[in-house]
Amino acid sequence: MTTPLAEVATSNASLRAFLHGLPGVDRVGADARAAMLGTRSIKTTAKRQAIDLAVRMVDLTTLEGADTPGKVRAMCAKAVRPDPADPSVPSAAAVCVYPDLVATAVQALRGTDVKVASVATAFPSGRSSLEVKVAETRLAVAAGAAEVDMVIDRGAFLAGDYLKVFEEIAAVKAACGGAGENGEGGAHLKVILETGELATYDNVRRASWLAMIAGGDFIKTSTGKVSPAATLPVTLIMLEAVRDFARRTGRKIGVKPAGGIRTTKDAIKYLVLVNETAGPDWLTPDLFRLGASSLLNDLLMQRQKMATGRYAGPDYFTLD
Amino acid sequence: MFEYAPAPESRDIVDIRPSYGLFINGEWVESQGDERHKTINPATEEALAEISWASEADVDRAVQAARKAFTTWSALPGAERAKYIFRIARIIQERARELAVLESLDNGKPIRESRDVDLPLVAAHFFYYAGWADKLAYAGFGPRPANGQSGADPRPLGVAGQVIPWNFPLLMLAWKIAPALACGNTVVLKPAETTPLTALAFAEICRQADLPPGVVNIVTGAGATGAALVAHPGVDKVAFTGSTEVGRQIARNLAGTRKKLTLELGGKAANIVFEDAALDQAVEGIVNGIFFNQGHVCCAGSRLLVQESIAGELLDALKRRLATLRLGDPLDKNTDIGAINSAAQLAKIRELSAAGESEGAERWSPSCPLPDRGFWFPPTVFTGVAQSHRIAREEIFGPVLSVLTFRTPAEAVEKANNTPYGLSAGVWTEKGSLMLWTASRLRAGVVWSNTFNRFDPASPFGGYKESGYGREGGRHGLAAYLDWKLA
Repeated sequence: MTTPLAEVATSNASLRAFLHGLPGVDRVGADARAAMLGTRSIKTTAKRQAIDLAVRMVDLTTLEGADTPGKVRAMCAKAVRPDPADPSVPSAAAVCVYPDLVATAVQALRGTDVKVASVATAFPSGRSSLEVKVAETRLAVAAGAAEVDMVIDRGAFLAGDYLKVFEEIAAVKAACGGAGENGEGGAHLKVILETGELATYDNVRRASWLAMIAGGDFIKTSTGKVSPAATLPVTLIMLEAVRDFARRTGRKIGVKPAGGIRTTKDAIKYLVLVNETAGPDWLTPDLFRLGASSLLNDLLMQRQKMATGRYAGPDYFTLD
Repeated sequence: MFEYAPAPESRDIVDIRPSYGLFINGEWVESQGDERHKTINPATEEALAEISWASEADVDRAVQAARKAFTTWSALPGAERAKYIFRIARIIQERARELAVLESLDNGKPIRESRDVDLPLVAAHFFYYAGWADKLAYAGFGPRPANGQSGADPRPLGVAGQVIPWNFPLLMLAWKIAPALACGNTVVLKPAETTPLTALAFAEICRQADLPPGVVNIVTGAGATGAALVAHPGVDKVAFTGSTEVGRQIARNLAGTRKKLTLELGGKAANIVFEDAALDQAVEGIVNGIFFNQGHVCCAGSRLLVQESIAGELLDALKRRLATLRLGDPLDKNTDIGAINSAAQLAKIRELSAAGESEGAERWSPSCPLPDRGFWFPPTVFTGVAQSHRIAREEIFGPVLSVLTFRTPAEAVEKANNTPYGLSAGVWTEKGSLMLWTASRLRAGVVWSNTFNRFDPASPFGGYKESGYGREGGRHGLAAYLDWKLA
């Protein structure tokens, strides 16, 4: 398997030179740009269109120690048919679960378009050996996961050991299977940067490029277990990275903000960010996802409000 | 694929009268002259209201009212004056939405800017100077006189005649009126003839705040009214913001009189981007520098100086970004670029842009359909511009960017300073030492570091060279409205 720009990863020194040669990010300016885009006013037909698109982009997620097969089956039913009273509501993009529950989800979703994504690689901390991470990835894929959400080794990244991070991503990508040049036919790999632990926007930009060069199909902000999780400015930096990577290599990488996106208003702000940063090409579930759980019901509530002019109470939308 | 539906701000919130008189001595009075003109919405050319153009006799009445009010206003304790100014600031905040819509209607600027930039700054300016009113003795102009010791005793100047431009009508009013009142002066203000409506709304706010009659007087009109105001012998201080040409005339006319003068005039600011700049934010800064308020900004970053080693990359990114700008209805909340303020200004922008092309610079605009009615000009970038081109020398005051390149920091500074103006500059680099080295060599009143067009009432603003003299804002802004006596 070869990935674009792989030649910069021949040594830690060359990888470091490349990543540190990327233009810097000015935090104040990036925050201001994200805030300005947050003031866009999306109303009427545009709002209706945005809500349905957001529903189709949701990775409906449950990542709790208390998860059971029953909980996962219920969530799968919700992902397929978010509003039982309204068949015009599209399905969510995927469900996202821990590896041991992949088989349950696969069974529940058989015959539907909703994909099964599994976290892997010692999620959420990533503190284990490469052997364990690769083995966990293989198990998830073998159980039928179409997408793998891995975490990077933030410790190695912050210590400047970029090559270690690169090699782990590449190894996990290989474990996703697939015979094609970019691993086509294998599971899609989403690389979680855990931007809340990387702290600076310069680090977010470097980690984004590192993940793309190493073969990630998506870059994802957060596990949801660390605060802050997804933010608009961090997502802006990542969208700039995928835009510039596509210009340079011709390959489009997806972006997935996850954690803390709870309202329709928030979701629409992310769509505006995509539209005006990476561009309309990225406004598809193939290239943009929202990692969330409670967001879905708020989208449904707003959708119904737009159709009927009235808000229904929370009891009129199913819990899961 | 993702089209934003129209999201117009409602104009029902504003109540525009069919015609306006002048605001003199706390009352609405009819002009004694017979000039009446319509003020129009530049986005539609629709007439908004009929405005009186004050005659010399009207100006005289206004100055007399201000003189009379000065006796009592200047004698009030600072804390009492502050109460009025704080009250004005609060009313402006309460009526911010209405004032923002009115500003966008009369001026053509996008509601996003009048709502998120102009109005918050207007209120902040009044709040800031209200706080100074009872602390003038501590403003650093000398020790406070106490225990028989001598010290500086700051005194107001008297009546301030103030003439403001059309690009930030209410904000320029705030910059003029807030410090004048805080220092104990009274005011006769003339707004620009194309944008009088928010100044007239401010007159109502003065009444709402129970400001004593005559402390603020608003006389509308064009150049003749302004000339009568600055020439009036009852005026002690003249403050003018506008073109360098008119500023020169005023300076000539006032030479040899006792009147104090501050001028804030034109600019041709350099926005310097070094090769190690944060590229995406530099692009935003360039856009904000020249396309904010349609480029109708005296401190606009109208000359982009970019290091040759990144010129191609930066221009590609800039053009891609400009293609996302949304031009159209100023009242639509998603509009980035509004209307040009007047037919005369549009003609000037067209004339200078044509000169740019004929002198050999390359002109580029994104695909951008313009509305049929009203005054519009697309965001425009000229590349291949030389220092000798008119578009690199003259203030265009429109959404037109001239791009020049440089090779070394010394060349950047040399080119940036090679202008008769010196109002502002921007520098983009991630390297702190280069930032300081460059900023200390630029002859400009404001140097923005990795940002552009940022304003704050605590920060002094003003020019070098032909950009004027005196400072507005901050502690420095008080100096323009005070005299000191040794006590």
